[in-house]
Amino acid sequence: MSITYLEAIREAQARALRDDPRVFIYGQDVGAFGGAFKATKNLAKEFPGRVLDSPISEDAMVGMAVGAAIEGLRPIIEMQFADFSIVGFNQIVNQAATLFWRTNVPCPITLRLPFGGTEGGGPFHSQSIESIYAHYPGLVVLTPATVEDAYSMLLEAVAIDDPVIFCEHKFLYYHLKAEKLPSEALPIGKARIAREGRDLTVVAYSAMVHEALEAAAELAGEGWEIEIVDLRSVKPLDTDTVMASVARTGRLLCVGEAWPWGGVTAEIIARVASEGFGLLDVPPQRLNAKDTPVPYHPNLWMAHRPTARAIAVAARKILRR
Amino acid sequence: MLQTVLDAKPSEETIAARDTTLAAYHFMLRARQLDDKFAALYRAGKIHGGVFLGRGQEALSAAVGVSLKKTDVFAPLIRDAAGRLAFGETIEDAVRNYLGSALGPMRGRDGNVHRGKPLEGYFPMISHLGAMISVVNGALFARRMKGITGTVGATCLGDGATSTGAFHEALNQAAVEQLPLVLILADNQYAYSTPTSRQFVCADLADKAAGYGVAAHSVDGTDLAACLKTVGAAVGGARAGEGPQLVVAKLLRLCGHGEHDDSNYVDPKLKNSPLGRDCLKVAEELLVREKWADAADLARWRHEITGEIEEAVARVRREPAPDPYDEKWLAISSQHLTDLHDDDAGS
Ligand SMILES: Cc1ncc(C[n+]2csc(CCOP(=O)(O)OP(=O)(O)O)c2C)c(N)n1
Ligand SMILES: [Mg+2]
Repeated sequence: MSITYLEAIREAQARALRDDPRVFIYGQDVGAFGGAFKATKNLAKEFPGRVLDSPISEDAMVGMAVGAAIEGLRPIIEMQFADFSIVGFNQIVNQAATLFWRTNVPCPITLRLPFGGTEGGGPFHSQSIESIYAHYPGLVVLTPATVEDAYSMLLEAVAIDDPVIFCEHKFLYYHLKAEKLPSEALPIGKARIAREGRDLTVVAYSAMVHEALEAAAELAGEGWEIEIVDLRSVKPLDTDTVMASVARTGRLLCVGEAWPWGGVTAEIIARVASEGFGLLDVPPQRLNAKDTPVPYHPNLWMAHRPTARAIAVAARKILRR
Repeated sequence: MLQTVLDAKPSEETIAARDTTLAAYHFMLRARQLDDKFAALYRAGKIHGGVFLGRGQEALSAAVGVSLKKTDVFAPLIRDAAGRLAFGETIEDAVRNYLGSALGPMRGRDGNVHRGKPLEGYFPMISHLGAMISVVNGALFARRMKGITGTVGATCLGDGATSTGAFHEALNQAAVEQLPLVLILADNQYAYSTPTSRQFVCADLADKAAGYGVAAHSVDGTDLAACLKTVGAAVGGARAGEGPQLVVAKLLRLCGHGEHDDSNYVDPKLKNSPLGRDCLKVAEELLVREKWADAADLARWRHEITGEIEEAVARVRREPAPDPYDEKWLAISSQHLTDLHDDDAGS
């Protein structure tokens, strides 16, 4: 038996619904239809009255979740694509994210954002917008890269008392498979060493972990040993694990599928530069998507986002210094 | 003789109307005097940030507050001092929030009209207009899911805020879910300086209700008796399972947008029109006409409330202000997930 990243997300939701009567799912087409990506397949049937189609109203979807959370429920909101969460941005960053700080009343909502690029996705179905959410105080922002993490981190997201932006990568939905669901997991807030190495630290998250792993395999053939840190969660950010890795390698490359201006890769470099400058043998580097909207045609898209090849090229430059 | 006395004996209905009207009037008067005090404190430089008054809207706001039960949900807006008091807020908490007391409901983290107690069904507004409606929807939705029946959720909005996407999304959502939402629109002719002609072109905001498939109610917002009747009917309808109710009250904002604003743009014709009547005066005339109060009662109540407010202000001014060194500077409740690093901690 094998299970995909997408199925893991469905299974996590099924378990959350089964284990906790306070959980419900609200989103466009999530009911009988099972969601645009089928992440809620059959859940409406299994859990009558708890998996509900919403109107195309991202603002009101999130507002509704906040009200339900105040009343003690634990809503899961599915955004059809991360790109559309922007329509609900106000409720996410100003309503959900401020509630606990302003009132001491927690806001346990989980916002599932299918994000990241796929072939043919184009400018409005491909965005990686984790850093704009991470920018706002009051939100937890998760970016699982594995089937196991997709499952366990989604369960943990539903269980914690704060609003969680759960960035699930559409490219990984079908591509990524595991033998079985995990029985134990690293907690949220801890990064994972996805591959050990002594020559260069590559920090990545979500789909970019897999591009980095491929690049590392290629570079291994040239004698380089690349260490890959999978952040798992971009907020909180596990600076310690990154720093410890840089202490071992002396070299740092941060890879993100998001746009370069500001953002997660910039944050990591800022932290390492200010707190671990002495650990670095060469200037830290980063690799992001190009600073344009995400292109539609695969030729352009492949050149727009960091790929294994682009990571390998960037890594070689750092390694040869 | 005996016959006249019997005839004069008020019916139960009249007694109930008298009691409700008197109760609502008391909240109106308290709100007006509280607002006046905030305005005075503002002019004296004793308040951090802005002051936003409900002058001219107390009848409508009080009607909402007295029509709700304490177990309902209420998300008031900037001009709802009266409704807040009627829903159970104390004068003291209102003062605390304006003076930024650490003992206030928002502990100095938020101020002025941004106050509430979510767990008591009293939701604290965020500034972003229209954003509270769907939150009330969520609370009503959750209660239904938990099997709690008979709850109503009310929230207030201005004419300008009907132009937001949030208003549209949330009213539609309430209709789709058939939630017991009462949405109160105070059409006070202006949104800050913008007249309604630059906000919408339908003849009446109540016309919007049909498009959403929700019930509409229109009322003269300067008339307390009418407000009590109309808002009461809307709340009753929602409670009886008739779905969302839209109440549109026409009135005039009898103050600036905030106390920083002299509102010189308000059309004098409007001020002299029936819309420009002061609802407090109209209510007092009603009380006197019905012989539910006389001039001496009104003067005594004013005096008592002034004392109450002065005492509250004096007490709250001696309360501790928030202390930045005691502050946790932590925006999430999951302490184990805090993302402090040396940079944050060191500053
Ligand atoms: C989304 C949003 N845009 C702008 C503002 C700034 N603002 C605060 S009150 C106000 C006018 C509101 O007018 P109206 O809705 O008619 O309410 P009123 O002040 O008349 O009671 C504006 C523009 C805001 N708070 N929220
Ligand atoms: Mg207005």
